[in-house]
Amino acid sequence: MNRLHLLLCQLLVAVVIVGLWQLFSTVPIFGRMILPPFFFSNPVDVGAQIVAWFVAGTIWKHLAITLWESILAFVIGSLGGVLFGFWFARQPRIAAIFDPYVKMANALPRVVLAPIFTLWLGLGIWSKVALGVTLVFFIVFFNVYQGVKEVSGTVLANGRMLGMNERQLMRHVYWPSALSWMFSSLHTSVGFAVVGAVVGEYLGSAAGLGYLIQQAEGVFDVAGVFAGMFVLSAFVILIDIGVTLVERRLLVWRPDAAGSRI
Amino acid sequence: MQAGTAATPWAVELDDATVAFHLADARVYTAVEQANLAVKDGEFVAIVGPTGCGKSTLLNIAAGLLRPAGGAVRIFGQPLTGLNRDAGYLFQAEALFPWKTAIENIAIGLEIAGVRQADARQRAEGWLASVGLGAFGNRYPHMLSGGQRKRIGLAQVLIRNPKILLMDEPFGPLDAQTRQIMGNLLLELWSADRKAVLFVTHDLEEAIALADRVVIMSAGPQARIIGDWRVPLARPRDIFEIRLEKEFHALHREIWSVLKDEVMKGYVQSSQVAGAAP
Ligand SMILES: Nc1ncnc2c1ncn2[C@@H]1O[C@H](COP(=O)(O)OP(=O)(O)OP(=O)(O)O)[C@@H](O)[C@H]1O
Ligand SMILES: [Mg+2]
Repeated sequence: MNRLHLLLCQLLVAVVIVGLWQLFSTVPIFGRMILPPFFFSNPVDVGAQIVAWFVAGTIWKHLAITLWESILAFVIGSLGGVLFGFWFARQPRIAAIFDPYVKMANALPRVVLAPIFTLWLGLGIWSKVALGVTLVFFIVFFNVYQGVKEVSGTVLANGRMLGMNERQLMRHVYWPSALSWMFSSLHTSVGFAVVGAVVGEYLGSAAGLGYLIQQAEGVFDVAGVFAGMFVLSAFVILIDIGVTLVERRLLVWRPDAAGSRI
Repeated sequence: MQAGTAATPWAVELDDATVAFHLADARVYTAVEQANLAVKDGEFVAIVGPTGCGKSTLLNIAAGLLRPAGGAVRIFGQPLTGLNRDAGYLFQAEALFPWKTAIENIAIGLEIAGVRQADARQRAEGWLASVGLGAFGNRYPHMLSGGQRKRIGLAQVLIRNPKILLMDEPFGPLDAQTRQIMGNLLLELWSADRKAVLFVTHDLEEAIALADRVVIMSAGPQARIIGDWRVPLARPRDIFEIRLEKEFHALHREIWSVLKDEVMKGYVQSSQVAGAAP
């Protein structure tokens, strides 16, 4: 299957789904609407809503807020994860002491933290950032920890025999290994940063994509909810493409990262 | 580097070195017992023995990566404490830094020693050419063949100009032709400034073709050094041709008669150890 062919097939799926949706939500079959418009809206209305948002320009503000929250959550969560991941991996005693608490904190469904963050940090962006951080932190933390732990013993011994001291081992061996693990989870952690931001907005805020969806839902504007979902999906896909580009640049040395992707 | 360099002709001395591993089930496995080995400065010594007898273990002791449970290790007459700073070690397993290109892998030893990056790279280019990979400098290890990786490894070790070279089956995974090419390359590089070499191999022909002395280890556990032969072949050698000489065959037959029994024992014993009841 060549590229064009594949693209056509992918487009066909979208056309069929949207077509069926339009059909079942506007044309009664045997006197009954299979997708009642009140619950399912229809593609034309949803499209009109999206266009209206972009024409009016109101959507940009919400997108910018969600993007900014996601970036902050990702950066802060990653920094924390790298720092603690390294620290725990190099200090097995610390890791052993904190192990049950790390597991406990990670086991907690993050959504229940949202009200507390809102209480502590208010309705502004920081309560959303905090929620995203709690998600990103653990992913990065576990990956960096693993990356430092799983350094090949032979590569490490080679570093030592070549004369590296602890600091140089850190820079030339542990750090690249941890980074590669962290980057292999980049898609997940970036995704979770967005999830944290949107869920936080949804649960209480004055701006952002989550807020937009929540507002539409509040007035039973199903077209608005679907429109928000589509914008959100497109937003996440664009970010994901960006991540893929970054990843390709940074992980050229890895056997699977460079060549074997389609 | 070390004070006693001139006082002793021995680069590496193992006196009654014993190595014991503590196994997970609290048993102790004595891999090597009272091994005695002395390598002169500038001497090329090959160690041959059945698989699992403790050849890598012996090199790890000489490198200071492993502490013997008993006996002494001396490097240029000085007792070895910590890592052996005079040694370069070419490991049996993959040891290149996968996140560095070939040229970066070669240059790293100089860079961490404080050589300016530009100078280090320039010298690394020279070594890259000496191991015949001039066009492969920008490749990452996974883009190189097994033999090419070993050559980069060799350059990585030699660029630091160590006084002692420890090599653990450096040509192990290579086919017969490439082994011979690599062997000649090694002899060429070595003859330029003779270092003390401890060269582990399971290939007796290779050992005789390359070395000044061939040392045989018995099968483990409690492996010992059971034979030590001087190789009377003249240098410079070409290891393609040296195999055709009469002396080569005579020595090979003599050593093989000893080694053969150990190889058989090695198989039997390792299967017994693996299947032993607790
Ligand atoms: N960390 C360890 N713990 C327990 N046993 C070990 C350990 N390292 C090595 N051994 C055992 O010590 C013996 C010698 O191992 P070594 O790696 O030195 O063998 P070798 O002669 O290099 O074998 P090969 O030719 O297959 O590389 C083996 O029986 C091995 O199982
Ligand atoms: Mg070995």
